[in-house]
Amino acid sequence: MKNFGIVFSALLIFLQGCGDNKQVGIEPQVYTDSLFAVMNADRVNYTTLVVKRLGAEGTGAIKPDEHWKDVENGIPLPAQMFRAGAERVSETNDSFTYSLQSLWPINSQNAPRTDAEKEGLKFIIDNPGKNFYTEEDLGGVTYYTAVYPDVAVSVACVACHNAHNDSPRTDFKIDEVMGGVVIRVPLK
Amino acid sequence: MTIKHYFWCIWLLATITLLSCLAYTIFLSEDKSVLLIGKASHGHYQIEMSCVSCHTDSFSGEEDFQSACVNCHGKELKLVDDTHPKRKFTDPRNADRTKILDARYCVTCHTEHQAEYTLGMGLTIPQDFCIHCHQDIAEERPSHKDIEYNSCANAGCHNFHDNSSLYQDFLVRHANEPVLNAIARLSDMKDIKSKGYVPDMNLSLSDQILPLDIEATIDSLSLAKAAHEWEGSAHANAGINCLDCHSNQNEDSKKTEADSQVISDLDQIKSGSTWIAKPDHLVCSRCHEYQTETYYEGKHGMRISPYLQLPLSPLRPSMSDLPFKADSLNREHGCNTCHGAHGYETEEAAVGGCLSCHDDDHSTHYKGSIHFALWQKEISGELPPGSGVSCASCHMPREEIIHKGEKMVQVTHNQNTYFQPNEKMIRPVCMQCHGLSFALDALADKTLIENNFKGKPAHHIPSIDWAIKRDQKPRKE
Repeated sequence: MKNFGIVFSALLIFLQGCGDNKQVGIEPQVYTDSLFAVMNADRVNYTTLVVKRLGAEGTGAIKPDEHWKDVENGIPLPAQMFRAGAERVSETNDSFTYSLQSLWPINSQNAPRTDAEKEGLKFIIDNPGKNFYTEEDLGGVTYYTAVYPDVAVSVACVACHNAHNDSPRTDFKIDEVMGGVVIRVPLK
Repeated sequence: MTIKHYFWCIWLLATITLLSCLAYTIFLSEDKSVLLIGKASHGHYQIEMSCVSCHTDSFSGEEDFQSACVNCHGKELKLVDDTHPKRKFTDPRNADRTKILDARYCVTCHTEHQAEYTLGMGLTIPQDFCIHCHQDIAEERPSHKDIEYNSCANAGCHNFHDNSSLYQDFLVRHANEPVLNAIARLSDMKDIKSKGYVPDMNLSLSDQILPLDIEATIDSLSLAKAAHEWEGSAHANAGINCLDCHSNQNEDSKKTEADSQVISDLDQIKSGSTWIAKPDHLVCSRCHEYQTETYYEGKHGMRISPYLQLPLSPLRPSMSDLPFKADSLNREHGCNTCHGAHGYETEEAAVGGCLSCHDDDHSTHYKGSIHFALWQKEISGELPPGSGVSCASCHMPREEIIHKGEKMVQVTHNQNTYFQPNEKMIRPVCMQCHGLSFALDALADKTLIENNFKGKPAHHIPSIDWAIKRDQKPRKE
């Protein structure tokens, strides 16, 4: 009987091991860092390889414009291109969302709204080179929220924001953090 | 058989009768009015008997309704670059906003069958809905400080969806335009003959191809009248013979104007083509694809659209709440209603077609307007093409489309696209001839619209003034 108890206990422990439901998969931070790496690469490339090279500062073949649909040979500004990507993703995928925000937005709808966004944007400006990670509850869902710095990579970025009539700030400089990319992943 | 059994029989009979009536109404009858929970809005009453067009599933949820809305209205919203698309509200950062006003779904603001609560544009929520997201607008734009939130969508200011002619840079760019452009002309229709799209055949009465037993289907007087109208028409000039429309010989070969070919042939008649006494829109669509497609999208043709889940009988003026002429109330709408059966004069359709039914103030005042005077001069050749303004010039305007890689100007038959809110007409219609400021003022003046633009706008809309002032403000240091 004693042996039976030992065997039963061993079996129980073995079966517990079999039923280990420890989640395997990518950590949220690795996931959002990876997403940002792709987003940022595309954003920088569009700004420097397309807008800067073929726009007003380059050949002048194309016209980057806020109202690009109303302009002949018009193309979206880098921020609009980025936002268009975010909107397209939102139509096809619900595993993450992202947006471009700033404490000094041209469109006030792009100012931080949630506490995490406000704290995150302030953090990346006060701590150059660092990212901000947190969790927040929105609409009854818990999200892993990451905020990454959006840096002015071209004179065009700085010049446009400093000159725009709706911009709350007119003294941006190149390589300065102008805003942040907020990525959210719902945690199940 | 006891009296109890009699009652059971009566009960059973009554139940079967009621269920049969219900089943007939749901599955067979076109008239489903007994099932309506309320009258549909002015934009949907035409198809309210085709319940499944919106209620796509027995237990339709928000997403099903949304798909139904987008299925019909998505193209137009995309065309005008919708200012508030669903994708703007799906970001979780707007969860608190969508909890108050769920702008992800059309039905949040446009609930159907609520006639007593329905405002213009089919709006069924209080008009101050902008406040939910833009309550701090006065901080950003001091000019908006004392403006009531229920006036944001007033004519000349903002629209929820289409702001393509109301955004700040557009206002600034078109400031200081004259009331009337130096050359005020509508877009030219491309000369499709010069492009070789339509053969120049100029058929005459002797070229008619008809079945040998035609006299059995139509009396000789009517036949002569039809033939006379046809001779010299655009169809005869393009080589379209009687059987091209009056037979089913082309049914399987959907053509466009670009590749229409005359295929009338006596041998084909003998080979079994069926004579169609009264060709309908489906026959027209064989060549006039763009026109019929847009016709189905508009108020006139939506009931007979082949895309409707449950096609209905043609629209009749009596179905509408708008004022119509008494003798037109039971006229069924089809291509021939405006274009006639054989003459197909677009000039007659562009004015006569409309005024033969519509009897509202705007319509009845048209013939006393400057627009009509110009139209008459264009028709008489006194002024060049594009100088006159018909009903269709504004309500079925000319659109630039891409056909086989080439830009063409065609007449849309979907009047919804440029109808309400009337700022939708500014760019494609009014600004063809008028300056933006005048257009904004005129479209905001209800009295001026009713009398068909006789006189000057009573009030000035300050949108452009404010936009210029903001554009010229000193930059912050």
